[in-house]
Order: sequence, then structure tokens, then C-alpha cells
Amino acid sequence: MVKVAIWGSLRSATDGKAEVVVEASNFKQLLDQLVIEYPGLEPQIKRGVSFALDGKIYRDAWFTKINDDSEVVLMPYMVGG
Amino acid sequence: MKNIHVSTTINGDPTEFICAPDESLLDVLRNRLALTGAKEGCGSGDCGACSVTVNGRLVCSCLVLGAEADGAEVETIEGMADGDKLHPLQQHFIDKAALQCGVCTPGILVAAKALLEKNPNPTDTEVRYWLAGNLCRCTGYDKIIKAVQSAAAEMRGE
Amino acid sequence: MALDENGKRIFKVVGTRPARPDGIDKVTGRAMYGADATAPGMLFGQFLRSPHAHAKIKSIDTSAAEALSGVKAVITSKDFGTPEDESVRDVQDNCMAGDKVLYDGHAVAAVAATSAAIAKQALKLIKVDYEVLPHVTDVDAAMQVDAPIVQAGRAMDDLPAGMSENVTYHFEFGHGDLDAGFAKADKIVERSFKTAATHQGYIEPHACLAAMNSDGKGELWCCTQGQFYVRELCADIMEMDASQLRVTASEIGGGFGGKTTVFIEPVALALSRKSGRPVKVVMSREEVFRASGPTVSSSTDVKIGMTKDGRITAAHATLRYQGGAFPCGTVQFGAQSAFAAYDLDAVQTIGWSAMTNRPKEAAYRAPGAPMAIYAVESVVDELCQELDLDPLEVRLKNAAGEGTKSSYGPTFDAIGLKATLEAAVAHPHYAAPLGPNQGRGLSCGFWFNFGGNTSVSMNLNFDGTVGITEGNPDIGGSRASISQMAAEELGIAYEKVRTIVADTNSIGHNDVTDGSRVTFAVGLATIKAARDAIQKMCARVAKIWDIDEDAVYWEDGYAKPSGPNAGTFEPMSLEEIAAISAETGGPIAGHHEVNADGAGVSFGVHLVDIEVDPETGATTVLRYTVFQDAGKAIHPDYVEGQMQGGAVQGIGWALNEEYIYGEDGRLQNPGLLDYRIPVASDLPNIDTVILEIPNPGHPYGVRGVGETPIVPPLAALSNAVSRATGLRLSELPMSPPRVLKALNAKG
Repeated sequence: MVKVAIWGSLRSATDGKAEVVVEASNFKQLLDQLVIEYPGLEPQIKRGVSFALDGKIYRDAWFTKINDDSEVVLMPYMVGG
Repeated sequence: MKNIHVSTTINGDPTEFICAPDESLLDVLRNRLALTGAKEGCGSGDCGACSVTVNGRLVCSCLVLGAEADGAEVETIEGMADGDKLHPLQQHFIDKAALQCGVCTPGILVAAKALLEKNPNPTDTEVRYWLAGNLCRCTGYDKIIKAVQSAAAEMRGE
Repeated sequence: MALDENGKRIFKVVGTRPARPDGIDKVTGRAMYGADATAPGMLFGQFLRSPHAHAKIKSIDTSAAEALSGVKAVITSKDFGTPEDESVRDVQDNCMAGDKVLYDGHAVAAVAATSAAIAKQALKLIKVDYEVLPHVTDVDAAMQVDAPIVQAGRAMDDLPAGMSENVTYHFEFGHGDLDAGFAKADKIVERSFKTAATHQGYIEPHACLAAMNSDGKGELWCCTQGQFYVRELCADIMEMDASQLRVTASEIGGGFGGKTTVFIEPVALALSRKSGRPVKVVMSREEVFRASGPTVSSSTDVKIGMTKDGRITAAHATLRYQGGAFPCGTVQFGAQSAFAAYDLDAVQTIGWSAMTNRPKEAAYRAPGAPMAIYAVESVVDELCQELDLDPLEVRLKNAAGEGTKSSYGPTFDAIGLKATLEAAVAHPHYAAPLGPNQGRGLSCGFWFNFGGNTSVSMNLNFDGTVGITEGNPDIGGSRASISQMAAEELGIAYEKVRTIVADTNSIGHNDVTDGSRVTFAVGLATIKAARDAIQKMCARVAKIWDIDEDAVYWEDGYAKPSGPNAGTFEPMSLEEIAAISAETGGPIAGHHEVNADGAGVSFGVHLVDIEVDPETGATTVLRYTVFQDAGKAIHPDYVEGQMQGGAVQGIGWALNEEYIYGEDGRLQNPGLLDYRIPVASDLPNIDTVILEIPNPGHPYGVRGVGETPIVPPLAALSNAVSRATGLRLSELPMSPPRVLKALNAKG
């Protein structure tokens, strides 16, 4: 089970929780589980999310391995200029 | 109005062309003579990317009519190197990383050459004010000023 | 791909300053930019643009234009389909208005003709029947419930009731107990700020040459930061397969984020398809201002509490951004980056985004961050002044470091903020004396950076030279840095390597040149490609020596036997191996394709000394020093160039640049005379100090550097003006009339 930090404006879709726990061992599973358990997250996930795994930011990597004790922070999809 | 036949000298070469009465020298250089070194950044004389000299005078070619080149001597960036030998300004710009995207570089080189022909030993302030009509968005001008000064020093034989 | 384990590596090529490969072309005028290409039979395209900020298009009659001799095609939105993806539809609608025009300058039709003059004449013959609608251009006004609605039905799902339909996004970040935090503060400052929209100000206007064939295949030449993304957008809009459209990136005359999307290319392709001939489109400077992609404008409220010894106990910010007439999520980066420099127990940022009748926003270096950090760093400075604390010591006291839980969520790895602050404290600039009407200001700055999709191919020529093919337009000298990294890895001279930027058919996908990603991600892929080539060379040599592959290793440009047991063999150079590659199995190449992660954030600190003229309100920059963490500076000249260029853009943003809209919703200053960017005589030298705290995510430790430098100048200058005049201005730009008005009001 992995703890995922949810940013403030998404918390209305997770009953106000700043952190949720889901069963997942990689990024794709994590996103799929989040959508199943908190369907209100689906629009943002569809729009695009990045995630920070132990401080490192990943933009699209489905098969990035996530451990139970990893710090996972959901973030909006990163763009630059 | 009918098009105008113009006879001029460009970078030392006799050149003839036909242009519309209201056509700028910049458009003539780029569209009729395939001399695309001068760039259009604004079309209103505010950016200096189109800088050339006409009879030794530094001008924005977007503000000069093609017809005005008749009988004149025009110098563009394409005439700055001597065959395959770069002008010291050109070499110093490369060596001192005085360009990033390079689109303002032809105009700045033409302007800097005109300055050093008038004043071979300018202060930094004099260089900055002379080049105030040439906009650069990439470099912040720092390395440009330093490259002009180091080229000037070489040209003075130092 | 992690930082190399071989400890303190001594670099031979990386860290030096060799000449760039495109240098001679650029100093002789030979380099080909977007508007420099021609094609046989080429037509000239011109756009008809709306003179209204907001209007319904009741009808467009193009018949007279079509009948004009020399006109070969006229295009309106009727010539396009409906892309499935919402964001692509927005790009298309922005390139050519559908049933409404949404901003002054929005394209309504386009013409291709045998000369630019005839095309312009044809525009005058197009009859458009407009029904003018009320408009809104200010972000706060656009959020009011009674504001004119720019586009209906575009708001996010979870918006609170009672907000204008113009509000499209809402973000919140942060952690901790704010009330408890503010209760602990000895001093709280609460202040509101406004920033105007600015433009990237690239000297080269958008330009392209589109050539569609009757078999459905197309060629597009354009100045862009990302030819693969251009292909993706245009193929979608033109209903073509990606493989049918080949996009070639010209040399680019500046981008800074403003050329990461398309404004004219789909229409140029449509004109070419309709006319059956190549079509050249070049934007005028006025069109660039009115109809390309400026930044957001912003309205922010910041509240920070500090103890009397300088510890921040709580921090809150509300940001309101307008990104033009389409939904724009940039406020999310402002909200995330606002307090990124600080180690905080209690922090919250709230971001709102609203549509207005203004052009569609595009990125400008670190999108969303400058205006947010401007507000935050201004309040931190005000607290320092109120509590009589040294501003750099206060930054150091609160600085984020390795292990800090950032204000946007993740825990920081090794970062360079403290090192840059310490470098600033120790620098002579910080101790230099100041005279009357002079002030010194400083600010921290930050950008996330990222990696992204990257493909690199490395081919060994028979003569031992190396060709590298990559796919990212070179906006700052990256071809040189890539050649350096390849030469370093292969152990050969820099002069033996040639790097080119290829078109969309010649190399695998590459994400746009943005996010400060190229030196990091393309560099990483180049290193991996080199290691791939090295492995193949060692395998060849093993065959030649008739020993096991793992008994051969690579060092300093040579394949060598790994020990006395392997046998006694003369080391073979890359040149020798390449010379017999035909006989030993065929041409040798290395390649690497990756979606790179592990980019490192880049922190910077800027110090500026200014003097305010009390008679005119003009601010003169006297001295400027940029401190920034580059991780590892591959080519120090180009790292310095990014630091200097970004700083000067920020100076322009702080002191002079702004989009000015009239009551009629029209842009009043769409030209380089009245949109005043810094010129050489405005500025002193920009001194630079590069710090190197290696990024653990790159083999050489590289961090992207391009975007961060635009962030600190805004507050650094505002803080300097505050200290010079005793006045806290809270609106940008601090143009002379504004400063003078404030000075006179003070009396």
C-alpha cells in the first residue's frame, strides 16, 4: 500500500484527505487505482499529472516502480518555456 | 506606378535590380537579391536587425527605399568577411560567445563596424549608446560589448 | 540515469569553451532562419485579423478576394474540421476564429497570392459582418459574476458557485496549520500586487514555408522550439498522419517559450493545400504582439508572518492569472513555485485562472513563476526592512535544502539554494557602498526543470569522425554542449564531432526545447548513445583480438585489453576501429531513446544596485550579479549567456515592459518603440557566478539553467527601488511615470 499526497484543490475529490492510501507497485497502477477509488480525480488525471517519487519528478513514466515506503506526491503536468 | 530600375553597388559589386516605388531596401536585399543576412524584426526602424550602410552611413534598411540605393554604395553583412577570412569583429563574436540565437548579430556587426571606423577606441559607454538601436533579446548585451572591445583592441594592433 | 559513480571526475572537454558549430554561419548572415527560405512557385500568405476585442462573426464574404487576379486561395475556419482533443481545438480556434473573435488581432481569414502586395489588397476585399460584444481584459474584472463571458462551458468541474464562467482553473497547494503559524509571528505583512502581461520579445517574428502535395504529403519549414510538436498539432488539425508531414526546424531567432506552439503554420498548410503551391507566411511585428502568445497578467495577495529574529512562521498567497481567451493552467506553476525557496511548517497557495478577451498565453521562460515569486520576495523584503534584518541572512535562515518538504509537496534532494545565498553574502557586490537615491535589492528564484522524450543517434564515420543527429532546436548553444559531452565520453577531440538538428523524419521523437531540458536530457541521451557505440566498438575489437567481449574496455578514446590475462594487444583508437568497420561487420552507430526523468531544480539569487532619478522617476541599473546553480556547467559561456539574458529580460519586465489595453479592448502598443525592451545603453555588465551542486539524476550532474534567471529580477528590482526611495511599489512595471507618481504622492 502506497501513501499518495494529494494537492489542496483535489482534496474535494478525496473527502478532504491530504493523503490517500492505494495498492500499487507502479505509476500506471497508482493512477488506475486512484480513479477507481476516487472517481472525482479522473478529470485532472485525464488532463495530465506528473508525480514526484522521493523528490524526483516523473512526467509520464507508467512503469516506474513504487515501493511501499516511497514518498509519492501527485503534481500537475509540468510544462516549461 | 511603374517599377523602377536601379543601378547600385553592393559590397563592392555592381548590381542592378527592379523594384516597386514603395519597396524598402530591406525587401529588395532579401527578396530580389537573395541577400537574407539583413533581417526584418519590426519593419519600423526600432530593432536594427536590418542594419546596413549606405554611402558609409549606418541605416535601417527597412526605412530606406530600394530606389534610394541608385548610384550609392551599399554594404551588408555579406560583405564583411574578406572571402573566407572573417573580420575581427566576426571572429571575436564567435570566440567570446557574443551571440546566442544570432538573429540580431548581422545588424550588430554592421553597426559595430561602422562605429569602429568612426571611433577606433570607444569607451564601453560609447559602444553601448552606439548600439542602442540594435535590440538583442538573448544575451543581455554583456558579451557583445566585450567582444566589440576585444576586436577593437586587435584592430588597433594591441 | 544517475550521477556517475566514479567520484570527482576530471573532465577534459566538458567545462571548456570551444567554438560553436553554427558560429560562422551566424556571423556571416548565411544561417537560414524562418523567413529566409524560398521555394519555386511560392505564394505569399497574409491574414485578416479582427479589429474588435470580442464579436460574433455573422458572415464572411470572401468572393471578391477570391476573384482578384493573383489570389490563389482564401481560407476561413470553414476549411478546417473539428479535432477531437480539446487542447488541439483551442490551438486551431486560436489560429483561425470560428463563430466568434475573442481578441483584438484574432485571425478571421487568410489569403495566398502571387505577391505580398496582392495578398494585402485581397484582405481589404474580404467583407466580415461583426456583431460587437462587450469585452473584458482585466483579470479581476473577468472573475466577477457579471463579467462578459469569453467562452461558455469551459470552466473546471469543481468550481465554487457564484464565480464567473470565465474562471477555468482552481489550484491549491501547501501543508501545515496556518492559523497556528501566524499566531507565532512577531510581524505579519499582507500586501497585494499586480503585474502586466509581457511578451517574450524574440527579434525574429514567426515565419514558415508550407508545401502540401496533391498526394496528401506535406513539408513544413518553420522557426520553432519543437518541430515534433508542430508536426503533431498540424497533422491533427490538417487530418493527416504524422508520417505524411515532415517538419524541419530552421535556425531560430529567439523563442523563450513563445515558439513552443503554432500560430500560423496550420493556416499556411491549409493555404498550400487549397492553392496547390508552397505558401510563405511571415508575421509582422504588430501581428506578433497582437496574435502570438504573451504571458499571463496577474493579481496576487500575499501574507507572511515572521518572528523578530527572522524565521518565517506562516505563508499564504492567492494568485489570480488571466491567460487570454482560452483556458490556461499556468497559475498552477505560480502556485507551486511561489514559496519553493523556503523551508516552511505552514504554507498555502491558492491559484485561480480566468479567461479574458486577450491573445492566448504562451510560456515565457519559467511560466507562472516570475509574477508569483515577485510578490512573495517583495513581502519577505518588506518584513526584513520592518524588522531591521539582513535580507540575505533571513533567506539563509529559511532556505530550503536537502530533506526539506517543499511548499508544493515533494521532499527536496540535493539543491543549490544555500550555496548560491552564501556566494552572494561573500561577494564584493554585497558590501559595495551606495550613494544617494541608490538602493540594493535581491531575490531568490527557482524553476523545476524536466527531462522528457528524447532520441539521439550517433554514427561513426569511416575516417573516425562522429556525426550526432538530435532533434532539439538550438536556442542557446546546445549543439556545442552536446558535441562536448559526446567527445568527453568517447575520449576524442571536440573538433571530430559534428552535431546537427534533424527534421521529424530523420530521428525519433523529441519533446520541445523547453523546460530547460536540452543540456540535461539530450545530453544524457548523447552520453548513453556514446556508451552504446563504445560497447559495439569493444565487441568489434574483441573479435579482432579473438578474446571475450568483457575482456575489452574503453579508456580515453581507446579500446584496451582489460588485464594481463586478456593478452597483450596494442590499444585501438576510435579512428582505427571505424576505419575497418566495413570489414568487421558494417557501420558502427550508437543510439538512445528515452523519456528522461531526474531533472534537477535550479535555484538562483540576484543582487542589483539601482539609482532612481527623483525628477523623472527613471530607474538606472548600476550593478547586477547573478548567482545560479548549474549542477555542472558543460560550456560555461552558454551557461553565463542564459543567466545574463534571462536577467535582462527580467529587468525589462520589472522596469518598462507591459501590454497596454485601451477601453476598447485593443492593444495600444503593438510595436518595439512603445513596448520598450532593454537596450544596450540601459544596462551595465551582468556579472555571473556559477555554482555547481551536481544533480544526482544526470551522469555529469547537469541541471537545466535557462528558465530560472528570469524569476529573481522582478522582486530584486522592486526591493531595490523600495530601499532607494522608501516606497513599496506593488505594481509592475515600475515605469518612470508610475515611480514619479508615487514619489510625488509621498511628497
